[in-house]
Amino acid sequence: MRPFATAVLALALLAAAPPLLAGGDDVVIEDAWSRASIGTSRPGVAYMTLRNEGTEPAVVTGLRTDLAVMPMIHATTTDAQGVTRMAHMEEVEIAAGETVALEPGSLHVMLMDLQRPMVEGESYTLSLVFADGAEASVEVPILGMAARGPAE
Amino acid sequence: MTGLQKGLWAVVAVAALGAVGLALFGARTPEVTESAASSVVAEFELTGHDGVVRTAEDFRGQWSLVFFGFTNCPDICPTTLAEIAQVMDDLGPQADAVQPLFISVDSERDRPEALAEYVPQFHPSILGLAGTPEQIEAAAASFKIFYERVPEEAAPDGYTMGHTSQVFLFDPEGAFVRLYGYGTPAPDITADLSARIDAHG
Repeated sequence: MRPFATAVLALALLAAAPPLLAGGDDVVIEDAWSRASIGTSRPGVAYMTLRNEGTEPAVVTGLRTDLAVMPMIHATTTDAQGVTRMAHMEEVEIAAGETVALEPGSLHVMLMDLQRPMVEGESYTLSLVFADGAEASVEVPILGMAARGPAE
Repeated sequence: MTGLQKGLWAVVAVAALGAVGLALFGARTPEVTESAASSVVAEFELTGHDGVVRTAEDFRGQWSLVFFGFTNCPDICPTTLAEIAQVMDDLGPQADAVQPLFISVDSERDRPEALAEYVPQFHPSILGLAGTPEQIEAAAASFKIFYERVPEEAAPDGYTMGHTSQVFLFDPEGAFVRLYGYGTPAPDITADLSARIDAHG
């Protein structure tokens, strides 16, 4: 497993290298939306697009909202056999000048342990925390349970 | 990024590719494929969200759109349910010839009562079906679908589910017709289904 040992060493050296300026302040959050929930026992969901207008990559490392105890980013993957699974993403990088879409069937914010039901017509504040310590907040409108995209 | 950093990332990338290769060759492939579709049959005994026990025979005479999921699924399942709801709206009078069936693969949490407060929210025509672990296993075997319980510390009850995400179409005689892949736009499903209903007479 020598290549893997080398990779570990390489990663360690990268970690020790001077940190890149991660431009969390340059990220624009657009088209945020959520679906209404039934009660609080099932996880909620939020979608949005993240556009990095800066010249450095920005890395989302955490989420905060008073709506859910554990908001986290998940990726839904569908394999060649059509089986879908979800995986927790520790962080999501948005390259300089790029847009990352959180949309149905792909990346999404999973709102675990809801503190109150998500009611259609209401909204809540979601904050994204970036690797450089910057934070960006967005007011997320709650659409109907069968919504398929952001409000027109 | 410095030249050294670029070189180091290259080393990481090569090792990562190797790991992906190992994972691919070592992976077990689930048995759900289009190629197995010819042997797909609908055979089940499950309980509807109205509490009534149903078998596949109960849906003869109508086209069935069958898909799988679980109510703790925040992303894929509501999306598919919403797509099917749109199809039912867009079919107009032809919708009477179609019965959508949402089968929960999460027998532990999804009892008929749980489906009753969830499924009709998307469309009144969609029937949720629940079963015991044995009933779900038997249904999955007949549809040749794959599902699994995936431990996930942060999820409610400590697990989530992986499952086949296609929509299965059966004709009024109960014969398997085709799969619609996850993400097939509702208008495409509506157009295909509408043409088949017309041709069937």
